[in-house]
Amino acid sequence: MAKGILVFAEQRDGKIKKVTYELLSASKKIANQLGEEVSAVLVGKGVSALANGLGEYGADKVYVIENDALENYTTDAYTNVVADLVKQNEPTAFLLGCSITGRDLAAQVAQRLDTGLLTDCINVAVENGQIVFTRPIYAGKAIITATIPEARPVMATIRPNVLPVDEPQAGKSAEVINVSANVGSIRTTVKDVIRQVSARPELTEADVIVSGGRGMKGPENFKLLEDLADVLGAAVGASRAAVDAGWVPQSIQVGQTGKTVSPNLYLAAGISGAIQHLAGMSSSKIIVAVNKDAEANIFKSADYGVVGDLFEVLPVLTQEIKKLKA
Amino acid sequence: MKIVALVKQTFDSEAKIALEGGKINRQGISLIMNPYDEYAVEEALKLKEKHGGEVTVVTVGPDEATEAVRQALAMGADQSILVNPGTEDIDEYTTAKILAKAVSGLEYDLIIGGFRAIDDGSAQVAGRVAEILNLPVVNMVTKLEVDGGKAIATSDIEGGSAVMEVPLPAVITAQKGLNEPRYPSMKGIMQAKKKPLKKIGLSDLGLDASQVAAKVKVLSYSLPPARAAGKIIPGEPAEAAAALAKALREEAKII
Ligand SMILES: Cc1cc2nc3c(=O)[nH]c(=O)nc-3n(C[C@H](O)[C@H](O)[C@H](O)COP(=O)(O)OP(=O)(O)OC[C@H]3O[C@@H](n4cnc5c(N)ncnc54)[C@H](O)[C@@H]3O)c2cc1C
Ligand SMILES: Cc1cc2nc3c(=O)[nH]c(=O)nc-3n(C[C@H](O)[C@H](O)[C@H](O)COP(=O)(O)OP(=O)(O)OC[C@H]3O[C@@H](n4cnc5c(N)ncnc54)[C@H](O)[C@@H]3O)c2cc1C
Repeated sequence: MAKGILVFAEQRDGKIKKVTYELLSASKKIANQLGEEVSAVLVGKGVSALANGLGEYGADKVYVIENDALENYTTDAYTNVVADLVKQNEPTAFLLGCSITGRDLAAQVAQRLDTGLLTDCINVAVENGQIVFTRPIYAGKAIITATIPEARPVMATIRPNVLPVDEPQAGKSAEVINVSANVGSIRTTVKDVIRQVSARPELTEADVIVSGGRGMKGPENFKLLEDLADVLGAAVGASRAAVDAGWVPQSIQVGQTGKTVSPNLYLAAGISGAIQHLAGMSSSKIIVAVNKDAEANIFKSADYGVVGDLFEVLPVLTQEIKKLKA
Repeated sequence: MKIVALVKQTFDSEAKIALEGGKINRQGISLIMNPYDEYAVEEALKLKEKHGGEVTVVTVGPDEATEAVRQALAMGADQSILVNPGTEDIDEYTTAKILAKAVSGLEYDLIIGGFRAIDDGSAQVAGRVAEILNLPVVNMVTKLEVDGGKAIATSDIEGGSAVMEVPLPAVITAQKGLNEPRYPSMKGIMQAKKKPLKKIGLSDLGLDASQVAAKVKVLSYSLPPARAAGKIIPGEPAEAAAALAKALREEAKII
């Protein structure tokens, strides 16, 4: 019989991604209510050293699947080993982060196991013994709660940066189980990996994001946002207008056809606040808008607004924050 | 080269959402082809122009989805299949099962879809189709080249991009940046009216509803609480910027 909550412990370059801790904290709560255990599955090459740390965040057991062929993520290899593990252990639920990797893997595993999958959820709870998920649809314009009544495991991906991480319990360890897995045939060959090297946090995991739009007037002016990002430890985002103008890469576009983010602080400079942009950032905790047009739509969603020329506002803001932080 | 494009009709991205009887009110909503599927169709057409062949569009949806199918035909696709599931009680599993069954009756070298739909946006239907048909999948592709039985695809990965080689047939999903979709020309729109549009139901595919029954059950719909407009910080730019920094620190306690 199905039992336990299994979490996909996502790691990159030997570091556990924050969403994994968010998943573990949430899983611990639902597992307690259901009287079940939390386990995690950690996949990669040379990752076993990361296993124990997961205990502090709530994992009772950690399954470690290591193989040279698992160094780079490939849909085939990861699907094969993870789906096999899930089949053997029959958890009640299998949760992943809604990252590029988590989303890719979840769809394949769900179909292989003939089960349902709720994507990009922002909450998970137990109601009447069922695990119930909350997820935005229509780019955040509506919200559903949904469940998977019969098929097991219940599967979901959870939006990063939304659920809280509980204080880790120092010294609490997890039972580590090494699983020898068959990676199977891998049909895709990774020819090349191009990393965007950046000292800044990743957009979807950042606590603070400063974004620029058409009002930035040119790629060179993003320097103003980068300076501000440096004092805030922030990631830099952009509107589609700035991306389509070729000023900044697609990978930093926020919105309906870009990334969905929910930082503690989102600052929009020279962004009008089109509905498709709001779709990607309206779940941010605090929104700040800097726009010279007092009528700009973005002010309707902003907690704080400054009506003014961003070329005057941003440098002063950077200096003032630097002073406050000193 | 034979290409199948998976096309979904979605709500327009400007659409205002309202509830009616505890569900989403579809009245008066303008419907469009999912923007990511426009990239998929465009890429299929470019490949056809380069390598020859034909493009077949497959859609699961109600009769009104005909419009999205016609748009793809007007862009230049050759033929199309619209499967009406006959119920609204469907999920991604249902949709993928139906699509896979419809596609399995076709000849194909490549199946191309969008990486996600902008409405229900689960980003899983195309991947599920790949799994059912036992095909490799590369998601979020921003560059695609096809050559001698294999595809070279550049795809978004965590923190960068990867170049993948994959044998055909395969499933590819389009990410923004793959191309600039063409607008249907007047001639294209006229020609589309004469192109094959096969409308079928589950039984025509040898499926019955129980074989594709949804796994997910929606319990409730609601609208998000509206964000209240906050305060405008008054003053000259420099003054306002300083006051903003202070408010973020002392009031919002966020920096
Ligand atoms: C299907 C679809 C999907 C889309 N997806 C996205 C998406 O994912 N993300 C997205 O962002 N958009 C998306 N869009 C586009 C969206 O509709 C808007 O066109 C876009 O967000 C506008 O970007 P912007 O606010 O930077 O530019 P604009 O709307 O042109 O706004 C520029 C703003 O800058 C202000 N400004 C100018 N100069 C200054 C100055 N010196 N100081 C201060 N303020 C100044 C102006 O007052 C104005 O408000 C999508 C559209 C469609 C149809
Ligand atoms: C809350 C909720 C309510 C729903 N209500 C309805 C409803 O009232 N009526 C109804 O018909 N369905 C309804 N559905 C089902 C949903 O629209 C289908 O499961 C849908 O086909 C999957 O869509 P997605 O947006 O998640 O696709 P994604 O997985 O995000 O789409 C990825 C790609 O797969 C392909 N694709 C996806 N769907 C189709 C399709 N239908 N035809 C062809 N290609 C496709 C496209 O290439 C697309 O770009 C509902 C789903 C949910 C979660």
